Amino acid sequence: MNALLEHLVALPIVVPLLTGAVLLLLTESQRIARSTLAFTSVILQLAVAVVLLYLTSDAAPFIWGNGIGVYTLGGWPAPFGIVLVADRLSAVMLTLEAVLSLAVLAYSVARWDRPGQPFHSLLQFLMMGLNGAFLTGDLFNLFVFVEILLAASYGLMLRYAGATRVGMGLHYLVVNILASVLFLVGVAMIYGVAGTLNMADLARRFTTLAPDARTLFDTGAAILGVAFLIKAGSWPLNLWLPGTYSMSVAPVGAAFALMTKVGVYALLRVGTLMSEDEAAASMLGVMMFYFGIATLLAATVGMLAAHHLGRFVSYSVTASTGILLAALGLGIEALTTPVLFYLIVSSLTTGVFFMLSGMAERTRSVPSLAAPTEAPEPLSPFHLAFGVRAPDPHSTDDDIGVAIPRAIAFLGLVFVSCVLLVTGLPPMPGFIAKFALLSTAIDTAPPVGLAAAAWTLAAAMLLNGFAGVVALTRLGIRLFWSVSARTTPRLRVAEAAPVAFLVLLCIVLGTASSPVMRYLEHAATSLHEPQDYIRTVLGDEAAP
Amino acid sequence: MEIVYAAAIGVLAGSGVWLLLRPRTFQVLMGLTLLSYATNLFIFGMGRLKVDRAPIITANGAVDPALYADPVPQALVLTAIVIGFAATALLLVLILALRALTGTDHVDGREERS
Repeated sequence: MNALLEHLVALPIVVPLLTGAVLLLLTESQRIARSTLAFTSVILQLAVAVVLLYLTSDAAPFIWGNGIGVYTLGGWPAPFGIVLVADRLSAVMLTLEAVLSLAVLAYSVARWDRPGQPFHSLLQFLMMGLNGAFLTGDLFNLFVFVEILLAASYGLMLRYAGATRVGMGLHYLVVNILASVLFLVGVAMIYGVAGTLNMADLARRFTTLAPDARTLFDTGAAILGVAFLIKAGSWPLNLWLPGTYSMSVAPVGAAFALMTKVGVYALLRVGTLMSEDEAAASMLGVMMFYFGIATLLAATVGMLAAHHLGRFVSYSVTASTGILLAALGLGIEALTTPVLFYLIVSSLTTGVFFMLSGMAERTRSVPSLAAPTEAPEPLSPFHLAFGVRAPDPHSTDDDIGVAIPRAIAFLGLVFVSCVLLVTGLPPMPGFIAKFALLSTAIDTAPPVGLAAAAWTLAAAMLLNGFAGVVALTRLGIRLFWSVSARTTPRLRVAEAAPVAFLVLLCIVLGTASSPVMRYLEHAATSLHEPQDYIRTVLGDEAAP
Repeated sequence: MEIVYAAAIGVLAGSGVWLLLRPRTFQVLMGLTLLSYATNLFIFGMGRLKVDRAPIITANGAVDPALYADPVPQALVLTAIVIGFAATALLLVLILALRALTGTDHVDGREERS
């Protein structure tokens, strides 16, 4: 038990890595074995994440003194070896990711994991990259894990052929390779100046740098920040995102819902660790605020223009990024708690919404509207690599499993829940999240002279919510009420259950928000007092 | 040596950016390749340029670290090269697939209307 506890922090990385590798060896005919293995792995990761949630909370103060678990890979002490660090924020992100992945996996087993490429392995590697990015305590390892999750996402996004999809995939790949180049340049500059890449060690050292070295350090940090903003999908750098996400098949889009949050997580983690110097922190903050507002407004326009549910959801992903960035950019510590709550809610929401869009598109009777129009493709060797066509949305020949009754009623209910969640209307936690965010911002901003900024954020968020209602009303009418062109889709229990599960989870989050908020509050406090983190990672004797 | 090294990185990065902004997929591929060369050289340079210095300390007891090269950037470069190589290979496959599917090598999958 003790040995297991000792290596617990490494499990979220090791488990999907091994599972993904084993899954590659199983052939198409062993579907049951593959699904079982994939489910076991995801459930195991969920269990580990929940245990980490418990261990980092105040409920278990005897195991990890101050709720921060450090795992030194290979046993090398911190600034020299590589560390994995589990604190409250990491535990929250891990749990969120495991829950979402479980739903995605269940949903995909219904029809999407069938032909061709190793869907299950790619999903496991995506989880591995996400888990690693949330756990690592080292900037270069953050880069490596981000690359792992990106590599898996390229494969997932390119499932099924089609000129449009391959074209979008090309843009996605180019933008992300460029972001990785910027990431590397930033990391290298920081290493060249500070001589370390361990985040805790950096946080301790950067205040003691000479002024000219400090300028270089700040430049490196700024370049790194741009790379994070690209990953997060901030405004001038996110034009690739709606196309790519809406072009991915539904479960993949849902799995991607957390990918932009990695950028936000990295900004939050690195930003809070390096925030000792007030001037630098506030400058980063101001820029982030403007970028956030711009992202939010651009996403609002995009939402109004979207004719396609998948595209709308993609814009709502960037809208949530905008809200998160703008709120973090205000630089008010009290805002971190509602920001984290909103992050959780918006990730779950976009996940459900992507899955819903996959099901709702099947209500259209004209396939050319539902699927992107794809001309018959010329035969070529690339069909070996990309030749798997998306399952015809209207074919029933592979319909196995139990179909749920009253499919349209179910879809309608989920759709309404999603509308309430995305736009932040009362009974759903989307409302609680946005309300907590805005009331905290407006209460705490004026004393620090940020009243105008707080009201701008409020106006932009409300405008975005309103635009969301308008656009979704239009889309809803088109999907459900324009009866002339509608077929009732067959929805299997395996598809409907994860969607219902996520919606219910959102409702539970809304009704039982106070313990969640309390936990997040502790997470925010420990984020803004990085001394504990630094001391624990480097070992007590290294503290100045 | 530093001047030559910095100029080489600058030329590579500049050419890479220019090629990246071109409309043909192969030019974009070459641009990204040149950019990642520049980045790799840059990372290597961040360990300071030293000639005839081993990156591995073999002697026992106290040694003067100034006599050795910094091994960390070299390890970082190795990782970056591998990752960049994999991404470039995937990009090449995508470019060929897009060419086969659309019949053009424009990055948007269709020629600009003039």
